Amino acid sequence: MSQELITVYVEGTPVSVSPHDSAAAAALKAGLAHTRLSPVSGEPRAPYCMMGVCFECLMVIDGVPSRQACMVRVHAGMRIERQNEAKVWA
Amino acid sequence: MSSACDFLVIGAGPAGMAAAATAAKLGVSTLVVDEQPAPGGQIYRGVEQRDANKPGVSHDDWARCAALAQEFRASGARYQPNTQVWQLEKNRKVYVSDGAKASCITAKRVLIATGAMERPLPFPGWTLPGVMTVGAAQILYKTSGWVPHAGAWIAGSGPLLWLYAAQALEAGGKFEGILDTTPKANYVHALRHGINALRAKEYLDRGMALQQSVRKSGVRIIDDVNAIEAKGDGALNRVHVHTGRHWQDMPATRLLVHQGIVPNTHTTRSLNAAHRWDKAQHAFAPVADAWGNLDAEGYAVAGDGAGIAGAEAAAVQGRLAGLEAARALGVIDAAQRDQQAMPLQAELKQHLAIRPFLDQVFAPRAGLLTPHDDVLVCRCECITAKQIREAAMLAGMGPNQVKAFTRCGMGPCQGRMCGMAATEIIAHARGVSATDIGVFNVRPPLKPLSLAELAALQAP
Ligand SMILES: Cc1cc2nc3c(=O)[nH]c(=O)nc-3n(C[C@H](O)[C@H](O)[C@H](O)COP(=O)(O)OP(=O)(O)OC[C@H]3O[C@@H](n4cnc5c(N)ncnc54)[C@H](O)[C@@H]3O)c2cc1C
Ligand code: FES
Repeated sequence: MSQELITVYVEGTPVSVSPHDSAAAAALKAGLAHTRLSPVSGEPRAPYCMMGVCFECLMVIDGVPSRQACMVRVHAGMRIERQNEAKVWA
Repeated sequence: MSSACDFLVIGAGPAGMAAAATAAKLGVSTLVVDEQPAPGGQIYRGVEQRDANKPGVSHDDWARCAALAQEFRASGARYQPNTQVWQLEKNRKVYVSDGAKASCITAKRVLIATGAMERPLPFPGWTLPGVMTVGAAQILYKTSGWVPHAGAWIAGSGPLLWLYAAQALEAGGKFEGILDTTPKANYVHALRHGINALRAKEYLDRGMALQQSVRKSGVRIIDDVNAIEAKGDGALNRVHVHTGRHWQDMPATRLLVHQGIVPNTHTTRSLNAAHRWDKAQHAFAPVADAWGNLDAEGYAVAGDGAGIAGAEAAAVQGRLAGLEAARALGVIDAAQRDQQAMPLQAELKQHLAIRPFLDQVFAPRAGLLTPHDDVLVCRCECITAKQIREAAMLAGMGPNQVKAFTRCGMGPCQGRMCGMAATEIIAHARGVSATDIGVFNVRPPLKPLSLAELAALQAP
C-alpha cells in the first residue's frame, strides 16, 4: 500500500486517501459519524458490513444518490456526500 | 447488451478462482464476474495489492492466496471485476451491472461462488453509528490499513473475531476489551467432536495460537457475556454488558460485533433452488450434490455459499465444481473427472473434519437469537421484533406474509439483514422449528438498480 495518496471531497472537505479505499472508508477517515439518515425514521446511520450486504452506506457520490459507498472505489476528486432523504428505486 | 460463455462463475473468492482456473486450464471458455474491484473474495481481499510483510497476515496464508490468484490470472479464464449479478434465470441468462450499465450473459453452466456473510443478530442499539461488524473492521484493515485506537470494544463469538483481534493488535490497534458471548457450555458439548477434530490438528493449533496471542497481549477479556446493548444519542457512546448476574456500563466510541458467518443464500434462493436448515450451523444452506449441483438445471454452488467450511475447503470445492463443469460441457468424460477428483475429495474430507467441533464451540448463544420486543430487526424499514411477533401470531403467518404485512425485509437490503432473525422470531413465537417456517422468498432484482442502468439492456 505504498501508492501515492489522492484527494477526495467528503462533505466538501478535502481528505487524502489511498486509491484502494472505498468511498465508505474515505468517509470514516474523514471522521463522518453518520453517512445517511434513515428515510423511514430519520435516525442517523453509518456503514455496518462494508461488504455490500446491509445497504446502510447509501451515499451521494459524484452527485449520484444511493450508491453503495462500501462497494465504490475512490478516484481523485470524488465528491462523497451524506444522503439525507429517501430515494425511489426503479 | 448481451454476451455468452460456456462456464460462468459468479464470485472471485477462493472457490470461484479455483473453479475457473481448473475449468479454463482444461480448455473450457470461462468467464468470472465479481462485484469487487479485484480478485480474492472475503478472506483474500486485496491480495494483489498487499505486500507479504504486512503485519497481521500469516506468510503461509499470504503465499497460498497469492499463488491461487496467480494461477487464476494465468489460466485463460476471462475476468470481469466491478460486476454485480442482479438476476438469474432458469435458462441461465444472468443479468449483471457495472454500476452504470446493465447487461445479460448467457451461459451453459453457472457456478455460484458468492461466499458467506456475517450472521446478522439484531440487538439493542445495533443501528447506532459507531457500531459495525468485525468483518467490516477487517475489510477496512485489509484494504485501508485502518485499525481502532481508542474506545473500541469487540463483542460476540467465532473464529473470525479472534483472527481479527490478533491482526489488529499486531498492526498496532487498541481495544478496551473483548466481550466474549461464547457460552461456556459449548466447549463441553464440543468435546464429543474432539477426536474427529484432532484429525484437523493444524486448524485447531492455529485457532488456539490466535486466542492465546490475544489473551497474552493483556487486552481485557470478559467471558461468558449474556447480552450487550449499544447506547448513545445519535451515535454510540456506551456499551452495556450483561454477565452472570449484573449489567456493567462502559464508555465506548466503537463497537465491533460478530456472531459467526453463514452462507449468503440470496443468490441461490432467488433461483428457487431447494434449501435446507443446517441445524449444526444454525443457518439455511442450498441443497447440492457432491459436485455442488443444485436442483436448478445447469447451476451449481461451491465454497462458503454452500455451507461454511472455510477458505481451503472452498478452493477444493471450487476445483471439484470446475471438473464437473468440464464434464457437463463434454470437455472431459466422467471417468477423467472422477480420477482427477479423487485426491481433491480426500483433501476436502480433511478440511471438513474440524467443522462439527467449530460449529459446536461457536454455536450462537440461544438467548441472542430472539431479540426483545423493542429491538429494531429490519434496519431498512425500521420494524421491531414486536411487530414481527404480533404478525406471526395473527393467523399463524409465515415469513412471506409477515413481510407483506409489516414491510419487514422490503427495504434496499431486501431482507439480507433481517431475514434470518425474522425466521427465528416467528419460529420461536409459534413454537415450531425454523425448517417449518422457512425464510423470505427472494425476488429480482437482487440489488436495486437505477432506470439508467436498466435502459442499457435495450441497447444492441
Ligand atoms: C467479512 C468476512 C471476512 C472473512 N475473513 C476471513 C479471514 O480473514 N480468514 C478466513 O479464514 N476466513 C474469512 N472469512 C470466511 C470466508 O468466507 C471464507 O473462508 C472464504 O472467503 C470463502 O470463500 P468463497 O470463495 O466461498 O467466498 P468469498 O471469498 O466470500 O467470495 C465470494 C465472492 O463473490 C462475490 N459476490 C457475492 N455476491 C455477488 C454478486 N451478487 N455479484 C457479483 N459478485 C458477488 C464477492 O464480491 C466475493 O468476492 C470471512 C468471511 C466474511 C463474511
Ligand atoms: S456498509 Fe453494508 S452495504 Fe455498504
